Formats: sequence, structure tokens, C-alpha cells
Amino acid sequence: MNLWNFLVQNRADVADLTFEHLWMVGISTLIAVAVGIPLGILIARKPVLRNPVIAAANIIQTIPSLALFGFLLPAPWIGERAGRLAILALTLYALLPLIRNTYAGIEGVDRAVIEAARGMGLTDWQLLVKVQLPLASPVILAGIRVAVVISVGLATIAAAIGAGGLGELIFRGLAMVNNTVILAGAIPAAVMALAADVALGWMERRLAPQRG
Amino acid sequence: MDSSEAAVEFRDVSYRLPDGREILKDLSFAVTRGEILILLGRSGSGKTTALKLVNRLLRNSSGEVLVDSRSTCDWNVIQLRRHIGYAIQEAGLFPHYTVERNIGLIPSLESWPEEKIRARVEELVRLVGLDRELLSRFPHQLSGGQRQRVGVARALAADPTILLMDEPFGALDALTRSELQHEFLALQQRLKKTVLFVTHDLNEALLLGTRIALLEEGNLVSLTSPNEFRNSSEPLVTRYMRAFGAPLDQLRGGA
Repeated sequence: MNLWNFLVQNRADVADLTFEHLWMVGISTLIAVAVGIPLGILIARKPVLRNPVIAAANIIQTIPSLALFGFLLPAPWIGERAGRLAILALTLYALLPLIRNTYAGIEGVDRAVIEAARGMGLTDWQLLVKVQLPLASPVILAGIRVAVVISVGLATIAAAIGAGGLGELIFRGLAMVNNTVILAGAIPAAVMALAADVALGWMERRLAPQRG
Repeated sequence: MDSSEAAVEFRDVSYRLPDGREILKDLSFAVTRGEILILLGRSGSGKTTALKLVNRLLRNSSGEVLVDSRSTCDWNVIQLRRHIGYAIQEAGLFPHYTVERNIGLIPSLESWPEEKIRARVEELVRLVGLDRELLSRFPHQLSGGQRQRVGVARALAADPTILLMDEPFGALDALTRSELQHEFLALQQRLKKTVLFVTHDLNEALLLGTRIALLEEGNLVSLTSPNEFRNSSEPLVTRYMRAFGAPLDQLRGGA
């Protein structure tokens, strides 16, 4: 049976798994953005916190994904549902690129611009939302892009703990030693990663020309 | 001391870095309302530090800096800064804002009505000799001279009585710099702001200054009018004159 026929015959199933996959990636990215960007801003403001925060995010990044899913299993509430667990793990992985890029983006803003803004009498908050974040946005967006692409790939492993997603087809195919089934999971996941990469890359370029 | 005449006054002001190095030592001088006071000195002389103490980008370690007879410590720092115009080298324009928004930012933060901001921006653009067409441009689409003009216009936006300028024309080619210096003088004739102007360029100091404060290693070496400066016998001053190639007879005139 070729891949196309398999996808057509199982379209409802594949669509469900694709949606599950998108859901895990989407929610975890949103949470990671909501946590990672403020953390990046925080360490740009308070240099003392920079090393510990970056180190913590780095350590999380080095934990093999399968092990991280396992570590989180005993956690209360989170461990009860595989979906929650997968979202938490994906969130943790997405944090590093977000924290690091937010920090780098803010630090990369021209000193003279910051100096002028302060000297003109912008409050810290105005400096942040009117100057630092807009100028850092291409770098922050690049961080989101990296996070999303990593998440789409990692989310396939979530199937190992029963969280569903396109990984389910991959694991099923592995068990059946059936390449068609593996590809039915792998190709949509790859397309998803590429599409996210292209779309976010386009947004990044849209933001860039405004810089001087 | 009659402080009503002084827009800015330094009283025994010192500034030390956290590591104890002293950048400014017991600096005392007053800036008279309406004058251009030049802070002249080489790199590391403390002139920029002195300027930043006025709008509290830095805080003096001891002594007092008075702005309109009030210690900068007693001012709300945001109000203090909005009360004082600030223009720096390379202008520090916001690269993501058009010329119009750059100039109009402080008025808009002060919630002026839209109409008043637009009128003010157009007035300022005319004042600094820029074409109206440039209003919708971004800073990277401007020449260096145009950027500096926008920087000056932005500093003047909320009509401050005091202007701080840190080598505003320093990064320009000689011809453009000379143009802007002369235009600035003409502008000052009309506006009568109190200006503190940092430069390391003696010619600029002699051209623009009502008085020149010469700083060296955090000390005030001399505070004189440009004419007195030319004729001063102070060793550091004569060295400056020589370094900038002043005619020999002018040097001899004072010595």
C-alpha cells in the first residue's frame, strides 16, 4: 500500500493526530512565550539573575526528551493526563531559545538609542514597550521560530507516553515495521515544521526593514 | 549666591565610580540663564559625566547639582528629564520611528492633543531647516546632518528651557558640522535656551561658547569667555591653542 492511499483511507485518523500535534505545539509555545519573554526581559534588567536563569534553561535543554517525559510522570495534576505532561515538557524545551533571544535582542539595541530615550525622560516601562521590545522583536521572533521547529519534532516523542499526535503513527509504524505508516506520521510533521519555519521567517523579515 | 540667575549650578560636586576612581572632583560652577556653556576637555576628562549629572543619568557621589534652584535629588527624575532637552552624538534616533514620531514622542507621552503635536513637529522641522517631506522617513533614510537636525528638533520638542548637548555635531564631516554650528547659533539667538554643550573640539568651543569650562582629569581648570580663553596664560589652555593650530601671534598676545 502506498503512502497516498494510506493517508486517504485513514484521513480522519491522520487529521485527528495532526490536530493533536498542532494543539500540543501551539499551547506549549504560547506558554513558553508567556514565560520566556518576561524571563528574558528580567535578566536583561537584573544582570545578577542572568547566569542562573540561562544555566537552568540550558540544563533542561540537555535532558534527553524521553527522560524528561519520564521525570514528569509522577508530578501531581500534570502527570494525570499524558497531554498535560507533553505540553509541560515541550514548554520547558522551548524556554531556552525564547529566554536567550529575548535577552540578546534587548541587549543588542544600540546604546545611544537607550541613552537618548532615558535622557529624554522615558520611564522604564515606556523604554521597554516603545523602544526595547520593538527593536528586539526580529530577534525574539527568531527565537520563537527555533522553539516551534524544535517542538514540532519533539512532539512526535510525546506519543511514547500516550499523548497522541503524529508520533503515534511513527511508533505504530515502527512496531509494525511498516515504512508507509512511519512516513504517514513523519511527513506531515516535517511539512508542519517547514511551514512554521517559512511563515515565521517571513514575519521576521517583515519586521526587519524598519531597523536603521 | 544668586541662584535665580543660574539655570544649572554645580556645588562641590564629586562623582566616583563604584571602584572608588574619582571622575569629577569638587566641581563648582553656575550656568547662567540663556548662555551656551561649553564643557571642553579631552576624552576621560569627565565632561560627559558632568553633563549626565544634570539630567540624573548619573548621580553625584557628593555635593549638589541644582536645576532651576532645586537639587536634582529633589526632582522627580522623569519630570527633570522632560524639563531638559537632550541631544547626543549620532543623535540616538529611534530607528523604528519615522522622523515625525521621533520628534513628537515626548509631546505624545505628555498627552498633548494630536493636532498640537503635529503643529509643533512641523514648526520644529522648519526651525532646524529640514524639508517637510522628510517627516515620513525613517532615520536610516537620512544623511548624518539630517539625523543631527532631527536630534536637535527632538530635544526641543517639549520646549525645555535647558538643553544638554553631548558632542551633537561630532560625527559629521567638517562642512556639514560648520553649517550646523552656524545654524545652531542662529537658532539660539532666537530661542535663548540655557545650553550645556560638551565638546573636545576647541574651534567648536570658541565659536559657540558664551563661556568655556575647561576640564582635565575631573578638575575645572578654567572658566572663561572665548576671548579670555584665547589670551589665557594657563599652561593647559596654551597647549590646547597650540594643538589646534592657533596663529602664533594670538598665542603670544596673551603670554
